[in-house]
Amino acid sequence: MSDIKVRAKLDGTETVVKCLISHPMENGLRKDAKTGELVPAHFIEEVVCKWKGEVVLTASWSGGVSKNPYLSFKFLGGAAGDPVEITWKDNLGQSQSETAPIS
Amino acid sequence: MIDTTRRTLLKGSLAIGPVGAAVALAPGLLLAGWNQAAFESQDLGSALKNLLGSSAPETNDAVRIKAPDLAENGAVVPVTVETSLPNVTAIAIVAVGNERPLVASFVLGPAALPYVSTRVKMAKTADLIAVVQQGERSFSNTKNVKVTIGGCGG
Repeated sequence: MSDIKVRAKLDGTETVVKCLISHPMENGLRKDAKTGELVPAHFIEEVVCKWKGEVVLTASWSGGVSKNPYLSFKFLGGAAGDPVEITWKDNLGQSQSETAPIS
Repeated sequence: MIDTTRRTLLKGSLAIGPVGAAVALAPGLLLAGWNQAAFESQDLGSALKNLLGSSAPETNDAVRIKAPDLAENGAVVPVTVETSLPNVTAIAIVAVGNERPLVASFVLGPAALPYVSTRVKMAKTADLIAVVQQGERSFSNTKNVKVTIGGCGG
């Protein structure tokens, strides 16, 4: 079970991609309410979005992006059924990937 | 014995040093990988400088930034950046009031349209700046967002 939800939809000539990633996005500056200690940084640094293997968008993030990040972007040239792949990598080296067809 | 290992280590780190510095000095948006210098900058000026190189962005109304006038929750502020400018290579979002102002930067591939939408944290009422890079030049637009409940320190 992947923690990335990807929806890619054709709208005329544009393909609109919306994705939702489950991630704590801790920026390393927040204190734990109980212990008063800093919560270690744990956030997504890079999201690579590919369409048929071609990189459409590369996002670089800081811990300033909200928890469970949402990302939407658009591109030209997509056709129904083409695969859209979203891959993220965080500052601890974890990563995850999800592919969805354009509908 | 221990000392020789230490020397080798020192030499090794010296060799890496200048290369690392050169990478950090190159204009960041076009650079592959995570721009640590820009993301760890603590003020607007150095964040933009590390991100874009030397050039300061010009204000341009063709850059449209959509965000609420009033955010009830600073931890989740929806932001959409869009522009009618052609040949956009990169887009960045900056929250001026945050401890680390640069929130996100996006490098657009040839097929991508100049549009990104995401959600960001805002530590306090402040300006959100959208920066759009078009080759060597960059343009920006600003939107003030009032935050009623504190975010997560951005």
